[in-house]
Amino acid sequence: MSGSYRSWAASAVVAVLVAIVVSGCGSSSSSSSAPGVSATSITFGTHQPLTGPAAPGYSEIAPASQAFFNYLNAQGGINGRKITLVYKDDAYNPAQTVNVVHQLVLQENVFGIFEGLGTPTHTKVVGFLNSSKVPDMFVASGCPCWDTGTTQPYTFGWQPNYTIEGKILGRYIKEHFAGKKVGVFYQEDDFGIGGLTGLKDEVPASQIVSTQPYQPGGTNVAPQISALKTAGAQVLVDFTVPIYTALGQLTSFTLGYKPQLVVSNVGIDPITVGGLLKTFSKGKAGTELIEGAITDGYLPSVADLSNPWIALFKKIHDQYDASAPFDGNVEYGMANAYTLAQALQLAGKNLTRQSLIEAVNTRGSQLTGPGLVPFRYSTSDHGGYSGGEIAQVRGGKIVLFGGPLVTEPTPSSAITPYTTAQPAPPASGVAVP
Amino acid sequence: MKAVAARIRAPSGTLAQSLGLVCVAAVILFLASEALGSYDDLQLANGAYYFAVLAGLTVLTGLSGQISLGHGALMAVGAYTVALLIGNEHWALVPALAAATATSAIVGTAVGAAATRLRGPYLAGATLAFAIGLPALADKYTGTFGGENGLIINPPTPPSSLGANFPLERWEAWIACAGALVVLFLMRNLLRSGIGRAFRAVRDDEIAASLCGLRVGRVQTLAFVVSAACAGLAGGLLTEVLQLAAPGAFQLQLSLSLLTAIVLGGLGSLGGAIWGAAVLVLLPSWTNDIANSFSLSTRVSANMPLAIYGLVLIVAMLLWPSGIQGALRAIASRVGHRQGRD
Repeated sequence: MSGSYRSWAASAVVAVLVAIVVSGCGSSSSSSSAPGVSATSITFGTHQPLTGPAAPGYSEIAPASQAFFNYLNAQGGINGRKITLVYKDDAYNPAQTVNVVHQLVLQENVFGIFEGLGTPTHTKVVGFLNSSKVPDMFVASGCPCWDTGTTQPYTFGWQPNYTIEGKILGRYIKEHFAGKKVGVFYQEDDFGIGGLTGLKDEVPASQIVSTQPYQPGGTNVAPQISALKTAGAQVLVDFTVPIYTALGQLTSFTLGYKPQLVVSNVGIDPITVGGLLKTFSKGKAGTELIEGAITDGYLPSVADLSNPWIALFKKIHDQYDASAPFDGNVEYGMANAYTLAQALQLAGKNLTRQSLIEAVNTRGSQLTGPGLVPFRYSTSDHGGYSGGEIAQVRGGKIVLFGGPLVTEPTPSSAITPYTTAQPAPPASGVAVP
Repeated sequence: MKAVAARIRAPSGTLAQSLGLVCVAAVILFLASEALGSYDDLQLANGAYYFAVLAGLTVLTGLSGQISLGHGALMAVGAYTVALLIGNEHWALVPALAAATATSAIVGTAVGAAATRLRGPYLAGATLAFAIGLPALADKYTGTFGGENGLIINPPTPPSSLGANFPLERWEAWIACAGALVVLFLMRNLLRSGIGRAFRAVRDDEIAASLCGLRVGRVQTLAFVVSAACAGLAGGLLTEVLQLAAPGAFQLQLSLSLLTAIVLGGLGSLGGAIWGAAVLVLLPSWTNDIANSFSLSTRVSANMPLAIYGLVLIVAMLLWPSGIQGALRAIASRVGHRQGRD
């Protein structure tokens, strides 16, 4: 009895010692008013799906952002500060997101979170980041839930809100596929539901014959696709991440179902989806299964090497990130990194967490870059790009056509053309907005 | 009635000993939470709810001799109970945790009753099916459980008497540690009571135990219920700490790592459960650091932690087959022998 008692006490003492040693190694918390920033450096953290169901394609985004920062750092950084991005894997699993974001903020003392990826994941840390007053810049998701600057002053979206995307795709369907039966295959969270809301604003309810949700994680989508086929949907709208676009198309192919495909921007990068189709079908299928699909884009097509932005990104990719394919995900990571660099420049030399937020609140709508449409940023509206241009997969590449369109994510707001030309990239560094 | 009371009552002195132990542990945990930074407080909170579930599981597997691969799912029951009661019904924390414990115990009764009819691999298989099947309900009834997106609750607010700048993570650590101490106290008494002896008797020889008048099926079901209640409380605490109940938190991997943790810590002892909790909290971040220290491509390094985890498990099982607690006991008794000879 007393022997077990002694080993008990020993365990307890050792456990406490271990805990103290570990904590000593881990956190050397800086006492300065803004953690993660010095005169010569600034560190951001991010949570990314490096493994798991969203990893194909999306795992390239953070390395591409880091590549762009490396390019800037080689020129001296922003305001003399070199930018570092610490990225941690959350496997697109909300429980892991909570853990890694706490680790980044509390243990690694990052200045802010940048480009945290995913709707189901990032929604679980927005509360923590805002109550801790940590800048939560340019979330890599188009969930409408990032847009409310009044309740979440530290969170900013970046890509077009999914409702805006749904509206723009919906109007194209209304105009070009009038009277055809429309089916929707969507991720059952704020991503898919946001897109569906926008679509329903434009497409008459009678035209939508079936809406089929999926949960990320499963691999069998045959029940959903069969239901859409049975409902006779001639136009299939996907609000899906790439892996589910691929699974959906393969299942459609197996079932002999050939609708006109319409896919949200996040789920159609031809190199990613083509690669997945090839893997899943053991080389028997490829981009031909998404050929002709309608989508939308808010950045120039990555296939258009004559565009000066794409040329710049290609150059940086070849120098700093050559092991990744040059696709829409790499373009996304670099374009978002450009926006962060420009925001840091706006915030000026005396950088604090608050001054970065203030800068985007007051002058964020002036931020430029590779985007085809302007940003919506203001104190009350933290939504990102305000629209996009319709595009189609032609010859395995994204081809934009019809000109950029802008709108608000509300039912009454009109969809209007945006005619201001895109600025050319600066010869070095980032342009002063 | 008297006989039942006699069976429940532990040897005299156990109660006082347990109380003393809990008080000492409470002081140590309090000092640790004060000394640690915010992130480590959060890790302490994680360790505390892991201890709660491991204490129950080690009683079930180590003492009663039943294997369960389904404790992750029982945690999910507790977690969703708390998320629904606090998020939708605005219950206070303590009643919500009590409800989580009770709900899991009820589910545990059903599973445990089935489990008494199964042995060894069949029991493992049945509980495995439970671990895989139950979280899928969240995807089936998305209206109630929110699908993969899960449910969110507001973070607990530290009482204003602690000051305006009291760190939230420390408060969460206190809540989780309080839960863990309750489990420690109750389980320590249970192990030393007649019920604990009945568990061991059934584990060692079912026929002999039934000849002694023990109802084997009931004893085994009771072990499952006790262990399920611990898992439910742990799940509730997890939701309180992470402010989240989502299927992703209760994948099969969790159930498996719970089992490996009690084996690594030392099966059948509460000390082993402490070590197991420390392993669960610390090992993933260590393996991540090791994986990141080699500059490998993302695809390789992202999968490295799991490989290192497996390696550690194999090496530990070869070196310390009786777990960390067993190894410590061996060292302690060797030191004790030497002192005796001198």
